[in-house]
Amino acid sequence: MTGQSVAIIDYGSGNLHSAVKAFERAAREAGLDGTRIVLTANPETVASADRIVLPGVGAYADCRAGLDAVPGMVEAMTGAVKRDGRPFLGICVGMQLLATRGLEYAETSGLDWIPGDVGPIRPSDPALKVPHMGWNTLRGIRPHALFEGIPTGETGLHAYFVHSFALTPARADDTVMVAEYGGRVTAAVARENVAGTQFHPEKSQRLGLALLANFLRWRP
Amino acid sequence: MLKTRIIPCLDVKDGRVVKGVRFEGLRDAGDPVEAAKAYDAAGADELCFLDITASREARGTLLDVVSRTAEACFMPLTVGGGVRAVEDVRALLLAGADKVAINTAAVKDPDLVARAAEKFGAQCIVVAIDAKRVSAPGEAARWEIFTHGGRDPTGIDAIAFARLVAGKGAGELLVTSMDRDGTRSGYDLALTRAISDAVSVPVIASGGVGGLDDLVAGVAEGGASAVLAASIFHFGQASIAEAKAHMAAAGLSMRLDALAEPRP
Repeated sequence: MTGQSVAIIDYGSGNLHSAVKAFERAAREAGLDGTRIVLTANPETVASADRIVLPGVGAYADCRAGLDAVPGMVEAMTGAVKRDGRPFLGICVGMQLLATRGLEYAETSGLDWIPGDVGPIRPSDPALKVPHMGWNTLRGIRPHALFEGIPTGETGLHAYFVHSFALTPARADDTVMVAEYGGRVTAAVARENVAGTQFHPEKSQRLGLALLANFLRWRP
Repeated sequence: MLKTRIIPCLDVKDGRVVKGVRFEGLRDAGDPVEAAKAYDAAGADELCFLDITASREARGTLLDVVSRTAEACFMPLTVGGGVRAVEDVRALLLAGADKVAINTAAVKDPDLVARAAEKFGAQCIVVAIDAKRVSAPGEAARWEIFTHGGRDPTGIDAIAFARLVAGKGAGELLVTSMDRDGTRSGYDLALTRAISDAVSVPVIASGGVGGLDDLVAGVAEGGASAVLAASIFHFGQASIAEAKAHMAAAGLSMRLDALAEPRP
């Protein structure tokens, strides 16, 4: 798998340097020499990449507008992912954009690759604060290559979350991991070659680096 | 289960850590990036930089520090100090901050919080509230917002202000007792509790930590979601691991990942 390229899509959604650095470190530690991590706003680079990452920080509608503002980007992503079957990872709002629609402030269309809605988190215990902010453990719903070798459950490793909205997939088997926060909060989704995490792997220290390394090796 | 966060806070002036950080094996105690790496490896849950540089001209130095820290540390970073406009928030986020703390500017113009939250999302906007108790002994407790390091009173009630900025879109409140800051006599727990009860967003307790029991009390009695401390960590009085073990022993849920096994 030497020489593979990973395109991290830059559409003005906050800082992406730590994502780039985390991928570079994960590649190095996994012995995937020659993996090129490219931060790009160029649809052609995305179309020709071996793996594609869509980060996202901020409000849903703002992120969707930012993605649409790059001419040809959604088409390039769709071609590479839906037609060519390249592995795709969405992070935080980048994962939420996989849904059918977002319901933050106004209703906004998503990519509809993981059918479902993105709505506000409403913990059953009113003492629980929103945003869901900080380190939480994960509970596996079904096994997935991205979490291979990563200890999960109450005694497992932690992932870093910071969000007020969450994706609820329409199909139960699209959910891979959940976090408990006054009810179930979707933490990771996957279907075929498309995956996403609500938490930030680039900020999740050991769990995060292990997950990124798994993504770089993933053959869906 | 969501864990209680421990957040070491570094005061940064002209790109250097004020007073330095006394850790074994640190090549340069005054380099914020070195200190950040040490806290990352020690298992801190987040890190906070508070820029106390007086001049606007030195702003680029801070952005450089933030950028180099974000490249070296895979942990969340909050940066505050001197944030006056949406453009300042944007510059810090682009440099690599995960969250930006707004202090005086939010007191002067609470709508700045709304503008920043709409643009970048509530999750990355922290409002830093510096409060002093103004009620006389025996009276019902009342706190007032102070600016400029606790020197300037504003006449604004701290609890009402906390509600106001949470409503404007602050994703988190960093509550510092100016009475306790630097005294090592513990957080103002009544203040922390009053604000935590008044808002639905997470509250970080700050100001006055003298020992590990103070961290426990900030959560157990103050209702804080996270505890911030500076000198007890910087000067080696306690390690992050000791603090976590102490808080876990007191029944709080802590993240012990980094302590259980060596990092990859």
